[in-house]
Amino acid sequence: MIARLRCIAMAMPLLLSGCSGWQSVLDAQGGPAQRLEQLILWIVVVCAAVWLIVVAVLAGALLRRRAPSGDPLALDARRERRMMIAVVIGIGTTVVIITAFTVASFFATRSLTVALPTDLTIEVRGLQWWWDVEYRNEDPALTVKTANEIHIPVGRNVRIRLTGVDVIHSFWVPSLAGKQDLIPGRANELTIRAERPGVYRGQCAEFCGVQHARMALLVIAQDDADFDRWLRAQGAAAAERPDDAEIARGRQLFLSKPCAACHAVRGTPAAGATGPDLTHVASRRFIGAGLLPNTRGSLAAWIADPQTLKPGNNMPLVPLEPEELRAVSAYLASLQ
Amino acid sequence: MRCAVYLLSLAAAVAGCQREERQLRLDPPLAAALDEIALMPNGISGAPPQAYFALGRPYETNAYNLSQGKRLYTWFGCKDCHRDGEGGAGPAFLDGWWLYGPEMVSIFASIRDGRPHDMPAFRDKMTTEQIWQLAGYIQTIGAYSAKTAAPARDDAKQTRPAENRAPAAILFDPGPAPLHPDQGPHP
Repeated sequence: MIARLRCIAMAMPLLLSGCSGWQSVLDAQGGPAQRLEQLILWIVVVCAAVWLIVVAVLAGALLRRRAPSGDPLALDARRERRMMIAVVIGIGTTVVIITAFTVASFFATRSLTVALPTDLTIEVRGLQWWWDVEYRNEDPALTVKTANEIHIPVGRNVRIRLTGVDVIHSFWVPSLAGKQDLIPGRANELTIRAERPGVYRGQCAEFCGVQHARMALLVIAQDDADFDRWLRAQGAAAAERPDDAEIARGRQLFLSKPCAACHAVRGTPAAGATGPDLTHVASRRFIGAGLLPNTRGSLAAWIADPQTLKPGNNMPLVPLEPEELRAVSAYLASLQ
Repeated sequence: MRCAVYLLSLAAAVAGCQREERQLRLDPPLAAALDEIALMPNGISGAPPQAYFALGRPYETNAYNLSQGKRLYTWFGCKDCHRDGEGGAGPAFLDGWWLYGPEMVSIFASIRDGRPHDMPAFRDKMTTEQIWQLAGYIQTIGAYSAKTAAPARDDAKQTRPAENRAPAAILFDPGPAPLHPDQGPHP
């Protein structure tokens, strides 16, 4: 028995370690997520207390048996009044607690959808199975298209405009905010805010097809200076490296093969809009919507056989010679 | 006796639960083989490669391939000229009149190699598998007889009957006047 208890006690830290990390409701780092976290903590604590009291009273009633009286139907006025008081207190407390939580829950969830003054608006489109991210700006140098990675400034309200393109998806970054659906033909909005710099993982929270599980995104919160630097770097056209023969060959292959029909690289004739914008693909941490860490090797693996790595996705297997694959992966890895 | 009938009908129902198989990854050698069509010298009709029959004509009979073809139809800008099949700058598909014949090889060749009057070649823009998927979908739009496999439904407002409600020609009036003098009369 003691050994079993010790075993359970040793397993607890393992369980609790799942409560922190870069994708956890219980590790809230932003206003809306913190309000939700407080709400759920209060509900759990109060309901646990109520449960303990109820179980204690039940145990007391079972242990303290009433002495059998001669006439089971005889009424004892004093005892009846005490029982009445106990029942009224029980019902009254229940009503008060449930009402309080209903009101608290109403205000907590209302604060998620109420339009706050925002400093930045980001367009996010959900597709099978990746996220298209666009920062619109009157200044074309700050108009940025990227994919599967959202950068936001710390301590600012950021409005995310969400639309679905093919089916219904759901945007969920547990550490920053609740879920919001992306519905075709409709724009939903969600305000997120990160109080501390960091990398927060999110993923699609509405089943959207065979690769629903591999539709992740990162939200990277940076201070203002870092964010501005990132935005300016992303707004620039793609890096050109005519000095490097392999990269130049990769660029030429990228433009002449089917790659350029679906992918855009700003600053080159490649202007496809079906797949993710690859202008600064090497600056992202992951490829394939959180599938693989972004290295030249994984870029090559992805190009060589996308249907084995993520079956059913819309990236076709474009036949390339080994030399061509090396050149194209070198080119993509050079797009910092 | 009644029990046996129930069991038999249950077995028949279970046998009907066959799910269509999606081939998500086409082996590169197979894709290369599918590119080897034997076209007639005038560019109209011909024979698909043996691999096409060995696979069971998947681009005409498989609903997943037809659906992918429908997405490619939008993604690769077919709508710019052919609209939803009623035609515009390019010929219509809905009228059931095929300038180069209704065979899959002809449609495949039209997409891959282009055709006169500004039909561009998609050889360097799409893979062989994608061209077959798109050809299957386009054949469905103007098919003479209904197919058992249907592509996905439209999310947007319908502009015409569903693709598998063929023959398209009898559902529609002949549409706009022929675009080119060589288009000829309605069959």
